[in-house]
Amino acid sequence: MPVSFPTPQDLARFLPEILLTVFGTLLMVLDPIIRRRNSNLFGHLSLLALATAMAAALYAGTEDGPAFGGMLTVDGFATFFRVLVIGAGMLTVLSSYRFLARENAETGEYHALLLFSLAGQCLMAAANDLIIVFIGLEISSIASYVLAGYLRDDKRNNEAALKYFLLGSFATAFFLYGVAILYGSTGSVRLDQIHTVLNGPNAPFSVFVALAAALMVVGLGFKVSAAPFQVWAPDVYQGAPTPVAAFLSAAPKAAAFAVFLRIFTTALEPIGTAWEPLAWGSALASMTIGNFAALQQSNIKRMLAYSSIAHAGYVLVALTARSETGTSAAMFYLAAYALMNLGAFAVVAHLSGKGERYLTLDDFSGLGQKQPFTAAMLSIFLLSLIGVPLTAGFFGKFYIFKAALDSHLVWLAVLGLLNSAVAAYYYLRVMVMMYMHDPGPAVADLEPLPRGLSLALVLPALGTLFLGIFPTWVLEFAGHSAALMK
Amino acid sequence: MNLLVVLLAAPLAAFLLALVIPRSQPQNSRGWALVSSLAILVLSLILVARFDRAVGQEQFQIDQPWIATPDIHFAISVNGVSLWLIVLSAFLTPLCVLISWRFIQNRVKEFYAFLLLLEFGLIGVFIAQDLFLFYVFWEVSLVPMYFLIGIWGHDRRIYAAVKFFLYTMAGSVLMLVAIIYLYNLTGTFSYPAILDKLGSGKLVFSNEQQMLLFLAFFVAFAIKVPLFPLHTWLPDAHVEAPSAGSVMLASVMLKMGTYGILHFCLPMFPRASRACAPWIAVLAIIGIVYGALVAMVQPNMKKLVAYSSVSHLGFVVLGIFSFTHMGLDGAVYQMLNHGISTGALFVLVGLLYERRHSLEISDYGGVATTAPWLATAFLVTTLASIGLPMLNNFVGEFLVLQGTATVHFTWTVYASIGVILSACYMLWMYQRVFYGEASDEVRHHIFDLHAREWAVAVPLILMMVWMGIYPQSFLPPVAKVNDAILQQSQVDVPVRVALPTPPSRDRQAAVASAPLEAARAR
Repeated sequence: MPVSFPTPQDLARFLPEILLTVFGTLLMVLDPIIRRRNSNLFGHLSLLALATAMAAALYAGTEDGPAFGGMLTVDGFATFFRVLVIGAGMLTVLSSYRFLARENAETGEYHALLLFSLAGQCLMAAANDLIIVFIGLEISSIASYVLAGYLRDDKRNNEAALKYFLLGSFATAFFLYGVAILYGSTGSVRLDQIHTVLNGPNAPFSVFVALAAALMVVGLGFKVSAAPFQVWAPDVYQGAPTPVAAFLSAAPKAAAFAVFLRIFTTALEPIGTAWEPLAWGSALASMTIGNFAALQQSNIKRMLAYSSIAHAGYVLVALTARSETGTSAAMFYLAAYALMNLGAFAVVAHLSGKGERYLTLDDFSGLGQKQPFTAAMLSIFLLSLIGVPLTAGFFGKFYIFKAALDSHLVWLAVLGLLNSAVAAYYYLRVMVMMYMHDPGPAVADLEPLPRGLSLALVLPALGTLFLGIFPTWVLEFAGHSAALMK
Repeated sequence: MNLLVVLLAAPLAAFLLALVIPRSQPQNSRGWALVSSLAILVLSLILVARFDRAVGQEQFQIDQPWIATPDIHFAISVNGVSLWLIVLSAFLTPLCVLISWRFIQNRVKEFYAFLLLLEFGLIGVFIAQDLFLFYVFWEVSLVPMYFLIGIWGHDRRIYAAVKFFLYTMAGSVLMLVAIIYLYNLTGTFSYPAILDKLGSGKLVFSNEQQMLLFLAFFVAFAIKVPLFPLHTWLPDAHVEAPSAGSVMLASVMLKMGTYGILHFCLPMFPRASRACAPWIAVLAIIGIVYGALVAMVQPNMKKLVAYSSVSHLGFVVLGIFSFTHMGLDGAVYQMLNHGISTGALFVLVGLLYERRHSLEISDYGGVATTAPWLATAFLVTTLASIGLPMLNNFVGEFLVLQGTATVHFTWTVYASIGVILSACYMLWMYQRVFYGEASDEVRHHIFDLHAREWAVAVPLILMMVWMGIYPQSFLPPVAKVNDAILQQSQVDVPVRVALPTPPSRDRQAAVASAPLEAARAR
């Protein structure tokens, strides 16, 4: 292959990743230079970086097409997920201000890692080549491992990081095996070419392709915390700093699902009947394990971790549908989930106090009396997680189960919806604590809601309600880009 | 501007404004809730005045696209049945505001805000003509009631609130599956459009489809009614809820279930409805008798009234599944009667609780000597509830039993046991609470009605008498709707008449007045 230099168009389509990397490096460099502690400077810079990256992602979206000889493809799907993960990054930064100040850990390093992680996720969203997917996955994951252990003097942080790292690298290896076998049997790592080969008359021996698909399900299943690869999630979410846990449950998960959807609905679409039972089983197992385990949790972060496993199950239902409506439903759901989950975690970050002392459900007692606004915001997120109409979570579920019924997955839809009724119980417990009990010590210690954090609550709450009342706009964009991806 | 839209938007606007009132001014919250709910009542009465009773079918229709994919419309309209249920909601909300005036001292602003939000959800449920929109209101009405029970309820309020939420939620997800399935079959959520397709034969369900869809809808509704054996959430929710919550729950929310059966199950799934009718009738009769028997042994007044609701709602379900004009008319009338008389019972029990801070029957006795007017109001309500002629419940129960007797005489015999038992448990409770020697506790704490309480009791009692003496004010539009429903649920006629195009007036009027005349003739 002759060496070709990137064209300006290539660079324009790659701009978000470039900007995130440049800003990340800049923050790294500034960190030792600016020794001023207890300042919000790094946070502001990080927000600026994310804002420019968001603009670049939107700009790249208008210049859509392949880049770097087809290794990347910037289409509506990629733009959707780029905007989604960058938006999740912004909300994470907003809810991190007060947290980092409280823990005396305001460094540029934190924000640089966040930006690097996001660069990897943007790359995953746009990747059209399994090697690029792998590179994106690694960039995103390695930065996330470090973030999970960011407060290095905290034992729980260390445990979370180590666990996440060991299991994560193991899973990535599985994914890489899958890529290797797929390359061996089809002779390509390019998604569109694999699709052509598998669809062609000389389709290769299918056992190896099926094996490759299975290995990739393992790798990606880990990244999205789907059962039976979910075991790490509760420990990591519980141990990691709360804003990081929020970030992990939203952005890397969304990016991994982007890869999941793109690989399985384009390249591996021809062998869909082979992997559908895998997705079916994993979807049901994730929903059931996640919801039933969440019922028993008394730690709010663990509960949200199990709930996030269950929500991964819902998205897998959409993948199992193997249709355009399924893909667009998954996209909508991931956006809705990012909003409501980031919001819920932001309240946890606010309540937990210095050293994250207050993390049990009981600590929410009386929040509704002490800070009615915070409690009202959390109620919106919880109602959305339950799936009550007029919130984003409801339409997310609605579209997913509609897609499942469209594809005649009646039992999966019924079991999934019954699952969501089970889930109502543990979300309601939090609301019961907030409104129906008298204030406890955690609420008595509560500081007033800081400005950055209130923004990190109001924005997702507005988004949740907006998507819950006017879902059309986002859904149509998702449907449009899902149709184009074929 | 469409009056129905105004009526729907008014409680929502009132709710939003109630949120703005500062927490430090509870009196303003109360005042606002009273003024706005009275204004909504006036609006609902204007709706009654402008409602064309000669037609009775869907009126004040509005149909605006809301969400493009899938095709969801904001489609509402009111018919002769939903009209009265809306008026019932609007009538009871100001009364609930009044009975909570002094009882609710904690988080007053939120209480009234939730009450108004509940009214919004309830009115929406009764007028939604888009299945999706119906589901939305169905769920939305759940949230304020959950908080009303959970925050302002009695000791076991949390258990009751969560149980209430989960029961309803579990039923309604099945309904959601059915709604989506219907959409995939028909490409629309519009209820009139689906009926049109069924009526013109463009849409035919296979027997299996029809049965499964019917069951999915029916279970959701049956939980709400509640039909035996799905009723176990109800005694808990009623007993633990504050008076206003019990009133709204019993009087209006339970009717969401029976209205749903009548409005959706019968016209859409006639064959399945008729096939299941014997089973459902048996459950209804078990509910009637069992509810009455359990009510008889309750030491707690609220629990007694709650179980009496199970019994009374059994009549409604029985009437619906008799598939006769009289049965259906009686069922709808009984829905309204139960709303008034059981609502009144919960109000009066609430007044006793405010005075004596106990719901146990054994803590009372001799109340009639210290509070004669309260005792009188309670007596009228008790008599209404047990179905004394000239009071409202008599008409409904009679029509139901008469309608059922024409097709299944044995059902009537068993159901009549419930009427007798209701006299037993209600009068026995009345005797133990109001007669006998007044203890010191009773004499010190229980005083007679004061002005605000009179304002609640008098309208309720007037309604009981009015509805008992002159049902013609209410029944004609109901009969027209029921006539159409019965035609749609004819399984033998190949092409059925669709709901939005009412049959000619003369014939309708003739059919509609038949049950009434029959009732009067006896």
